[in-house]
Amino acid sequence: MRKASGALKNTGLEPALFAMWIGIGSIVMMFAAFTSAYVVRQAQGNWLEFRLPEWFFLSTVVILLSSLTMHYSYKQFRKGNTTVYRSLYLATFLLGLLFVITQYLGWNAMQSGGVELTGNPSGSFVYVISGVHVLHVLGGMAALAVGVAKSWLLPHRITKKRITRFKMMAHYWHFVDVLWIYLLLFFMFQ
Amino acid sequence: MAQNQVAVQDVTDQLIERYGFDDKFHDHHHGDKYQANFITHYIFSMDHKMIAKQFLITGIFWAFVGGLMSLVFRLQLGFPAENMAWLEPFFGQWITVSDAGFGRISQEFYYAMVTMHGTILVFFVLTAGLSGTFSNLLIPLQIGARDMASPFLNMLSYWFFFLAGAVLFFSLFLSTGAFSGGWVAYPPLSALPQASSGSGAGMTLWLLSLTLFVVSVLLGGINYVTTILNMRTKGLSMWRLPLTIWAFLVTAIIGLLSFPVLVSGFLLLFFDRSVGTSFYLSEIYIGGQALDNVGGSPILYQHLFWFLGHPEVYIIILPAMGIVSEVLAIHSRKPIFGYKAMVFSIMAIGFLSFLVWAHHMFVSGINPYMAMIFVLFTLIIAVPSAVKVFNWLATLYGGSVRFNSANLFAIGFVSMFISGGLTGIFLGNSAIDIQLHDTYFVVAHFHIVMGVAAFFGMYAGVYHWYPKMYGRFMNEFLGKVHFWGTLIGAYLIFWPMHYLGIAGVPRRYYSFDTFDSFAHFGTMNQFITVAAFLVFIVQLIFVINFFYSIWYGRPMKVKNPWGASTLEWTTPIKPGHGNWPGKVPSVHRWSYDYSKGERDFVSQIEPLSEEEKEQQAH
Repeated sequence: MRKASGALKNTGLEPALFAMWIGIGSIVMMFAAFTSAYVVRQAQGNWLEFRLPEWFFLSTVVILLSSLTMHYSYKQFRKGNTTVYRSLYLATFLLGLLFVITQYLGWNAMQSGGVELTGNPSGSFVYVISGVHVLHVLGGMAALAVGVAKSWLLPHRITKKRITRFKMMAHYWHFVDVLWIYLLLFFMFQ
Repeated sequence: MAQNQVAVQDVTDQLIERYGFDDKFHDHHHGDKYQANFITHYIFSMDHKMIAKQFLITGIFWAFVGGLMSLVFRLQLGFPAENMAWLEPFFGQWITVSDAGFGRISQEFYYAMVTMHGTILVFFVLTAGLSGTFSNLLIPLQIGARDMASPFLNMLSYWFFFLAGAVLFFSLFLSTGAFSGGWVAYPPLSALPQASSGSGAGMTLWLLSLTLFVVSVLLGGINYVTTILNMRTKGLSMWRLPLTIWAFLVTAIIGLLSFPVLVSGFLLLFFDRSVGTSFYLSEIYIGGQALDNVGGSPILYQHLFWFLGHPEVYIIILPAMGIVSEVLAIHSRKPIFGYKAMVFSIMAIGFLSFLVWAHHMFVSGINPYMAMIFVLFTLIIAVPSAVKVFNWLATLYGGSVRFNSANLFAIGFVSMFISGGLTGIFLGNSAIDIQLHDTYFVVAHFHIVMGVAAFFGMYAGVYHWYPKMYGRFMNEFLGKVHFWGTLIGAYLIFWPMHYLGIAGVPRRYYSFDTFDSFAHFGTMNQFITVAAFLVFIVQLIFVINFFYSIWYGRPMKVKNPWGASTLEWTTPIKPGHGNWPGKVPSVHRWSYDYSKGERDFVSQIEPLSEEEKEQQAH
């Protein structure tokens, strides 16, 4: 993100990071809309109850792990442990991939269990909401892929610019993680 | 006078040089990146001033298209029995001509025109054209920033808007026609491609266009909020901001919180249309065929749509309110009355805008007890709105008011906002709404309060900041003709509609042939149509004035022609990239020091005098 040089920072935050958090606010509103639509529709009856596929719980473990690797990768980046930080960064990406795969397997399990995308809206909601979440994970992974490639190709330098970028990546990644936990709990207990 | 102005100029530069701060902006060479050639300067520009002009001119284009559409459906409403064969050369198959040579506007075309008029005016003109133009132009200039936080995202914001427009424009030329189910796109008309000819490809493109538009709004909004909160110049605390900036800030926040909800609603609609889910559809017969969809709820869409839809009207009106506050204060030579009350009422309106959406659904089958809560919140919005109206009137009271085009439109805005706001109190009551919902009363209400009023705010802004944009003035005589024509004409169009609505004439209907009870409104509808044509012609005067003045307008000879205290008038007459050629000015006082003691105005960049410091200490 280019910014006018020498800009004042009234909030003490990097404008790019600040802007990303505002964007996250928008994503939160999108999922708030989805889950409230779910609640409103559920209250009208004719609602199919079904168990969430077990793959979803595995994917929860996977995404939590990926947050951990992301966190330690950033710490090691700041400390200057080049190999550890690179490997953990790569591991985060691979865990992200594994998360997407387990989600896909979860949808397959729902399908073979008789909960179809085009059936009762209670199933459709789970497909669509988790699907949109996966799209946000994939968006993060696209950025992560660039970051990982750069981490292996560029010499390890702890510049201000790279710290900001790393922070943005890490914050976003933790956000999609927390978002998934929220969605899982919502599906389980709502 | 001229001598005096020149002296003031020098003082401005001296103040910036003495008290401003050097951010080393001009040490880097920006020229090649920002305005090296025609393409980077005029097309893929990353300079906020150029992007503002792009938004404005694109908005003018869409206002022209959307306005023309209203004339087409007004022809049908005013003169349903006249021969429309003369329209055939323009609209081809959409004008059905009998063998005897008698032409009629086809129903599909009428509905498509009504739908497109709403979509274009609400989103492309009054959201992008208004907020996009003035947020881009004024935020960096009035907060003392070199540009937006991210000039690149800013450029993307415009081009997503452009793309959204291109897609919608393309849909107008489909052989099956543009979408025709109303700008709110309620299912099932929007969810079933077989529901009407416009519900097919037309609706698909509508959905695509609006999604692109939301991307544009979000990219813009992220930038506006980040820039306002992070990049204000030295000394410019939030309580010293001009009300324009406060309005843009709250507008952007509302947009960031409400547009994503619309996307959620659209996504579910997309699944219903293309994948076969039943979020909004249940037990429908269409063309004698029963559909498989069971268990959906069309009301769910209305909730999601209006959760954006209602805040959207404040996204439209708040920037206009901000512009009007600024223009009224400057041209009345008085500080804005009740600055903090103005800020708090902007915030209150922003907050309440999220709690009133179901007043659009009083007769859709929502629980009447829930409706009562929404009545309450809806009527509470009258309080901050009234605070603003009183403050505008109090600002005008006893001022040395300049009746130039900019200020006339600002005063006209207050008039329109009062007239249209009062009818909102009727409509906000769920009991009265049973009679008035979906009638011309609603059409009259929202056109006056957010259509015409927002246009007035936009015109006030264009006439006022035109010199800042193009270094020339618009023609004052034509501006006044434009104002009086629009003010009188708009009332002539919309005032009679209240009577139609109270009598129960439903909106959106193609013809009232079969309703004996509405037969006597034929002449009134003719009158409205004639007035609509006249108002459209008056708008052309504005368009001509606007484009003529870019090249031939009276040139601006001094930096600060209106004697305004805010920062945008401390930049050179034609500011380059980075806005200030040297240092960035620092700010020492609030933005409304007009008629202060012996002085006409005191610029924000002027440090406090000893006397003032003493006053502040107490």
